[in-house]
Amino acid sequence: MKILMFGWEFPPHITGGLGTACFGLTKGLVKHDTEVIFVVPKAYGDESQEAVRLVNASDVNIDLDKDEEREYWDRVQYMEIGSNIIPYVGPEAFSKITEQEKRASENFKSKVFAQSYEFSGKYGLNLMEEVARYALIGSAIATKHDFDVIHAHDWLTYSAGVAAKETSGKPLVVHMHATEFDRSGENINTDVFAIEKNGMEKADRVITVSNLTRKIVIERYGIDPEKVVTVHNAVEPKDKETPTDVNKQVKEKVVTFLGRITFQKGPEYFVEAAHKILKRDPNVRFVMAGTGDLLHRMVNRVAQLRVGHRFHFTGFLKGDDVDNMFAMTDVFVMPSISEPFGIVPLEAMRSNVPVVISKQSGVSEILKHAIKVDFWDIDGLADAIYGLCHYSALSEDFIKYGKQEVENLKWEHAAGKVKKVYQSAFDSYLKQSTNS
Amino acid sequence: MNKSICLYFQVHQPFRLRTYRFFDIGKNHHYFDEYFNRMILRRVAEKSYLPMNALLLKTIEEQGSAFKVSFSFSGIVLEQLEMYAPEVLESFRTLIATGQVEVLAETYAHSLSSLRNTNEFERQVEAHSAKVEQLFGIKPTSFRNTELIYSDDIGARVAKMGFPVMLTEGAKHILGWKSPNYLYTNAINPKLKVLLRNFRLSDDITFRFSQQSWPEWPITAEKFVGWINKMPEKEEVVNVFMDYETFGEHQPISTGIFDFVKALPAAVIQNTAFKFSTPAEVAKKHQPVSAIHVPNAISWSDEERDLSAWTGNNLQDDALEKLYSLAEKVNASDDEQLKRDWNYLQSSDHFFYMCTKWLSDGDLHKYFNHYPSPYEAYINYMNVLSDFMIRVEDRHAESQSALNDWVESTEKFGHEIGKIASEKFRDAEKSVKSKISETKSKAKPAFEDIKNMSDAKIKKLIKELDAEQLVIAMKDAGEEIRDKVIPNLTQKARKQYDSLHEKLTEVKQKDIQTMRKKVEEKLKNLF
Repeated sequence: MKILMFGWEFPPHITGGLGTACFGLTKGLVKHDTEVIFVVPKAYGDESQEAVRLVNASDVNIDLDKDEEREYWDRVQYMEIGSNIIPYVGPEAFSKITEQEKRASENFKSKVFAQSYEFSGKYGLNLMEEVARYALIGSAIATKHDFDVIHAHDWLTYSAGVAAKETSGKPLVVHMHATEFDRSGENINTDVFAIEKNGMEKADRVITVSNLTRKIVIERYGIDPEKVVTVHNAVEPKDKETPTDVNKQVKEKVVTFLGRITFQKGPEYFVEAAHKILKRDPNVRFVMAGTGDLLHRMVNRVAQLRVGHRFHFTGFLKGDDVDNMFAMTDVFVMPSISEPFGIVPLEAMRSNVPVVISKQSGVSEILKHAIKVDFWDIDGLADAIYGLCHYSALSEDFIKYGKQEVENLKWEHAAGKVKKVYQSAFDSYLKQSTNS
Repeated sequence: MNKSICLYFQVHQPFRLRTYRFFDIGKNHHYFDEYFNRMILRRVAEKSYLPMNALLLKTIEEQGSAFKVSFSFSGIVLEQLEMYAPEVLESFRTLIATGQVEVLAETYAHSLSSLRNTNEFERQVEAHSAKVEQLFGIKPTSFRNTELIYSDDIGARVAKMGFPVMLTEGAKHILGWKSPNYLYTNAINPKLKVLLRNFRLSDDITFRFSQQSWPEWPITAEKFVGWINKMPEKEEVVNVFMDYETFGEHQPISTGIFDFVKALPAAVIQNTAFKFSTPAEVAKKHQPVSAIHVPNAISWSDEERDLSAWTGNNLQDDALEKLYSLAEKVNASDDEQLKRDWNYLQSSDHFFYMCTKWLSDGDLHKYFNHYPSPYEAYINYMNVLSDFMIRVEDRHAESQSALNDWVESTEKFGHEIGKIASEKFRDAEKSVKSKISETKSKAKPAFEDIKNMSDAKIKKLIKELDAEQLVIAMKDAGEEIRDKVIPNLTQKARKQYDSLHEKLTEVKQKDIQTMRKKVEEKLKNLF
C-alpha cells in the first residue's frame, strides 16, 4: 500500500511532538509493508529518509495557467493571521517572530500564487499563508504521484489533504494529535477550528491519539463516531543509553516538570505541590524545565512561597540537556489540565524515571506503571511525589516495570492499527468506485 | 559666613554572576563572569576613573588646600582594581596621598547587611576599614552606607560603632519644609552628625547634565556657581554626592562633563563664599540645626528614595532571606573561598537586577541590568545561591564532624588518662597501705623486725636477755635473723650461746613462742 502523507515537520527539524510522532509512525509503517511519500513544507536535506520518500513542498512549482489549480485556489479562503494561532511557540518567541515577519503578510495573496514559493516550515506569522500555499501544493502533488490513501497530520496539513483528495479522489485519513481546545482552552481560534472541522468532515477516517481526544472530536466538532478511531502513540526505543558522565550532583531527590509552561500543562499545580512537600521535607529539589507565557508567574509564585532555593528553572531544554535532565531526575511529573496524549512521560520512563501523570492526559489511558492523579488534586500530587521519592520499593518497581511497559509501546504496533484504518478506508473507497 | 561645599564620589562595581544553570548546582563553584567583570571595569577605568583622577590631581596641584573631595570605595571594587586595573589603584593612591581627600567607611560588600543582620553589618564595616587602611594607609572616620541607606536605627548603630558622622539622602519626604543645606544629627543619638545630599544639585549633574530637553541645559560652572550663590544666606552646607562613574561613563566625555569638572573648582573658590570640605570637616566646622527623623529607611535611589530598588518584591525578599540565613554558618567557617563568595553574593546589585518596578525608573534599571528580565536575574541568582548553600552546609557539617571528632578524642583521651590515673592511684593506694601496715607493725614490734634493726639496737637487746632466753627465741628463727644477731654477740656471750645451742637440741615450740613474746616485750620497752 502506498500512502501520500502530509506533515509539517520532520526530524531533526522539530519544535514539538508532532514531528517525532510522524517519524515514529512512518518507521512503523515500513514493517507493515507500507510505502510512504512524506511531504513537508520545507526540507533541509538532512532528514532521515530511511522510512519515507521525502518531498519538499518548496521544490514544487505551480503552473498558474493550469485551470484546476486556479479553480482550487478560488475555494481557499483568504484568512487573517490571529495571534493565538501559533501552536508550539511561546509568547516571547512569538513576538520576535511577528516583528520579523510583519512585512511578509502584506503581500499575502501574490506570494501564494507565485510560481515557486519558499516555505519556512515554522510556526510564523505567515502561517496561514503557508497553510494555504501548502494546500495548493497538495493538489499539485496529488496529480504527480501514485498512491492509495492520503494521510494528513494536524490542522496545518488538513487543507492540503482535502485538496489532494479532491484532485485525486483517493480516501483521506486525518490524524488529530491535538485539537484547538487542547492548545487554547476555551478561547479558541475560530479559523483553526473551522479548518479542523472541515478536514475531519471531508475525511473518510479520523485517527485520534487518545480516547480523550476522540471524545472531544465527537462532542465538540460533531464528527460521526463511526469514523473516529483511537490509535495511541508509541515511543521510539532509545538509540543511545543515558550518558554515564552525567552524575547527579545534588544529594536531594530531584522532581522534574518538563514541558511548555502554559495554562494547559498545569504548571501551577506542580509549584503548589512542591511547596507542600518542601514544608515537610526539605531534601527535595524541584525543577521546571521549559518556557512559556506562565513562566514569570511561576517564578514569582515560587519566590513568594520562599522556596526559590529548592525550586529551579532551566529554561527551554533541547537535545542532550533533556537526557541529562532525565538522568538527574528521581520523579517526573506531568500535571496537565488537558493533554491529548503526552509523550514526555514515556521518554522519562524509557530513561528509568518513575512518573506521576494527570488523569486528564491521553497517555494515562494506556500506562499501568504510572501514578495517576487529578490535575487539581494538589494533595494527591504531593503524596504521589513524596511516595516515589522516599519509598524505594515503589520507585524501584515503577522504574523496572515502567521501562518494560514503555518498551512494549512500539510504533510498529501503533502502525499496525493505522494500517487497518487505511485498509478500511481503502476498502470503502473501492466499494464506492465499483458501485458508481 | 562660613559655608561648605562637599563633593563626594561613590566608586563601586559588583562581581556580576555568569549564567549559572541548574546543571551546575553541586558541581561547579565558579559563580562570577570574570571576562564580563574585567571588561566593564577596564571600560570604566579608561573612560572615567583614570581621566577623572588625573583631572582631580591637577586641580589639587593648582588649588592646593582650597580644593577637597571625598571617596567611598566598596571593598569589592578595590579587589577588582587590584586584579584588573592596578594602575587605577595607584592613581587613587597618589590622589589620596595629597592629603586633600577623605576616604569614607562603608560595608565591604556594598551590601544590604544593615537591613538584615547587625553582626554581619559590623563585620563588614570592620573588614572594609581594614582594607582601606591596608591599601591607602588611612583609617576612615566618616560613614556612608550602601546607596546612602539610612534610618534612625541604622544611624544609632553607626554612632555606637564609633563614627561621628554619616552621609545620607536629603529625601523630600523626610525633610518636608526643611532644607538639606544644614548639618543635622541622628534622632536617637545626637552625637552622630548627619550630612544630607542636595539631590537637586547632585542630580542636575548625574542625570540632567546631557539632557537637552531640560530648560537649564547646558550646565556650566558659572551657572552652577550662580545657583549656589542664590541659596538663602543662612544655608551653609551643600552636599553634592554622586556615582564616580557619572564622569565619563554615564555622562560621556562628549557631553563636556570633564570641562565642567575642570572649571568648577576655580569658579567656586573665586566667586562664592563656599569652601570645599570633606564630611569630617563639615561635621567639625558646622553646628547641627536639629535632629532629622527617619523612622523608615531611605536611600538615594529612584524617585521614591526608599528601599524598593532592592527589597520588597517576592523575588528580592526570597533571595535576601535565604542569603542572610547563612550568615552565622559562613562566619563560623574558616574557608577563605567561601567567605569571598559570601561577600560577592551580598552586593546590593544582585537584588537591584530583580527589581520589578519598571515604570518610573525603568530606563535606569535597564541601563544597569544585563539580564533580560528580573525573573532571569532571580533564577540565576537562586541557582548560584543553591550551590553556595550546599557548600555552606558541607563546611558546617565538616566542622561539626571535626568538633565531634575532637569531643570523641577528648573523651578517649580522658578515658586513657583515667585508666592511667586509676592505675597510679591503685599503686599509690597500695604503697600507702603497705606504709600503714609497716607503721602498724612498728607500733607493735614483732620478733621478725629484728632483721630490719640496726646493730646498735640489737646489741642493746642482747644485753637485756640472758643466753638461754636468746638461744630458745632464736631456735628456728631463720638465717636472716641469726645472721643479724649472732655477729653482735660479745665473744663471751658467743661462747655461752654456742654451748647452749648445742645442749638445747630439743626445745618445745611453745617455749620458743613464749620466749619470742618476751623478746618482743623487751623490744617494745626498749624502743
